[in-house]
Amino acid sequence: MNFNRRDFLKIGIITVGGLMLPFSAFEFLTPKAKANIIHSTNLRWVFLVDIQKCVGCGMCVKGCSTENDAPTHANLARTWIERYIITKDGTIIVDSPQQAYNGFTKHDVHGKHIPIENISKAFFVPKLCNQCDLPICVDVCPVGATYKTPDGIVHIDRKWCIGCAACISNCPYSVRFIHPTLHVVDKCNFCYHRISNNLNPVCVDACAFGSRKIGNLKNPDDPVTQTIMSKPVAVLKPEFNSKPHVFYLGLSYEVK
Amino acid sequence: MSIKKILNKIDSIARREVSFGKILVGTVILTILAVSTIVIMRMILVPSFTAANNDYRYQWHRVANQEEWKNFKVKYKGDDYCIDCHSEQHKKLLQSVHAKITCENCHGAALEHPENPIKLIVDKKRELCLRCHSYLSYRPVEYKELQTKNIKLKMIKPDEHYPDSNTQCISCHDPHMANFK
Ligand code: HEC
Ligand code: HEC
Ligand code: HEC
Ligand code: HEC
Repeated sequence: MNFNRRDFLKIGIITVGGLMLPFSAFEFLTPKAKANIIHSTNLRWVFLVDIQKCVGCGMCVKGCSTENDAPTHANLARTWIERYIITKDGTIIVDSPQQAYNGFTKHDVHGKHIPIENISKAFFVPKLCNQCDLPICVDVCPVGATYKTPDGIVHIDRKWCIGCAACISNCPYSVRFIHPTLHVVDKCNFCYHRISNNLNPVCVDACAFGSRKIGNLKNPDDPVTQTIMSKPVAVLKPEFNSKPHVFYLGLSYEVK
Repeated sequence: MSIKKILNKIDSIARREVSFGKILVGTVILTILAVSTIVIMRMILVPSFTAANNDYRYQWHRVANQEEWKNFKVKYKGDDYCIDCHSEQHKKLLQSVHAKITCENCHGAALEHPENPIKLIVDKKRELCLRCHSYLSYRPVEYKELQTKNIKLKMIKPDEHYPDSNTQCISCHDPHMANFK
């Protein structure tokens, strides 16, 4: 039996290709493995923001940006404070000059003076990543560069991220941005390097007004957990069903 | 040599007859080569990934990454870090109504201080104090964070409270004691 070289190549390719197939083995989920996903650790980080205590001094933003090398020169920050002003005629005005890096010190909003008599109510809303239980950003990442840890923090793998920004456009809370010098996506991770080493996130330490607190939702004795279980708290944009884990005390319905 | 000649040459090589034995040996060698290059390249190029708790939807990640984030550099060292060398300021601050403000809020991240930087920033600008003390009608009225007692949150109007741009707040107030000099 004789072949010519062309046939040899054809058969060769088919043989090699066929031998490759078993290499792509699959792993299937048993019901037991699925149960593990739910009951795996006794740690679930959770954040509590008390809106009525925040004065908008911006010390949290300053601290966070330094600790995490946030690109402040590009007006990007991992955490920021929004000022909501609702005037007597029902207009809602929101501002956050430089993400409140230098705090709020003036009554002026967007360079316009608003007379105090015209203000019906006003408050400061600190914002940060919600570390969702069902993170939409992770769902849409095409390369597996963003993921959730068993203790509930959503990370970005800086070596694996390709900077496609799919997660940025899908995050309901707009907490993600492209880092202009690292060229990868960046966002708050509750200062994972600090909370994993028995330290508070910088923004929690920096807040002299007790507006920011962090806790473990799986520890029933944790003061933050007790507040969340026993007091009226709310989350932002629950309609996305991503199960956010930043809870707000004193949240007003105007806040988006 | 023209292109046509080259094509003819390739064609004649391709049509040359070879024995079955040679083909078998060739196939085996090619297969081993192909498999090993793929396996080796995979080992080099693709880092190991895992799905914690078999959660392939949300927890699929590069194994080393979680540790990389845990080892990110801590820049803010906290108040206790300063006690040994600046006990005077530390004692003053803890006794004052400024007790809940950390040193690094006003002086910046400690990093490797005192090796690097040798000195931390001493910000004497009015803006530093105004972050918390500027009068905004909607700021909370009470300050409840002190263990001892709840007090009023004192705010000043920056353009009425000694507004001369040359007078710093600290020329009359002590920042650590939160009182008068
Ligand atoms: C190991 C000792 C040490 C520790 C710990 C330390 N410092 Fe210092 N600090 C120094 C020395 C030494 C200087 C330089 C003093 C000089 O040259 O006048 C200095 C200078 C400073 C200055 C500038 C003083 C000036 O007069 O300009 C500030 C502000 C300061 N430290 C704040 C801090 C804070 C806040 C912390 C805690 C996060 C801290 N230091 C921790 C030793 C220390
Ligand atoms: C509310 C802001 C604020 C806080 C909080 C604060 N400082 Fe200061 N610190 C200042 C200012 C403003 C000065 C400059 C004072 C001056 O020149 O009179 C200063 C000066 C200093 C100096 C220079 C020597 C001196 O006393 O003038 C040192 C050292 C220092 N601070 C250390 C600390 C340490 C340590 C802490 C934490 C225990 C701390 N500071 C907390 C604002 C602050
Ligand atoms: C992080 C926010 C913050 C910063 C920054 C800050 N303070 Fe305070 N200050 C407070 C709080 C909170 C109190 C206690 C509540 C009160 O008395 O208003 C206070 C109290 C005071 C008081 C006491 C008022 C009284 O009862 O007599 C003085 C004076 C004062 N601060 C001066 C300063 C000066 C000067 C600076 C700038 C070096 C400064 N503060 C920076 C938060 C701050
Ligand atoms: C020329 C000295 C002087 C300067 C400069 C000065 N203060 Fe005062 N400050 C006073 C005196 C005097 C009082 C007490 C009487 C009063 O309320 O006016 C006072 C009171 C305060 C109080 C308490 C107000 C209250 O309702 O009890 C705060 C807070 C305060 N100052 C913050 C600041 C800040 C922040 C700055 C810088 C922007 C500043 N001061 C600059 C002299 C000064």
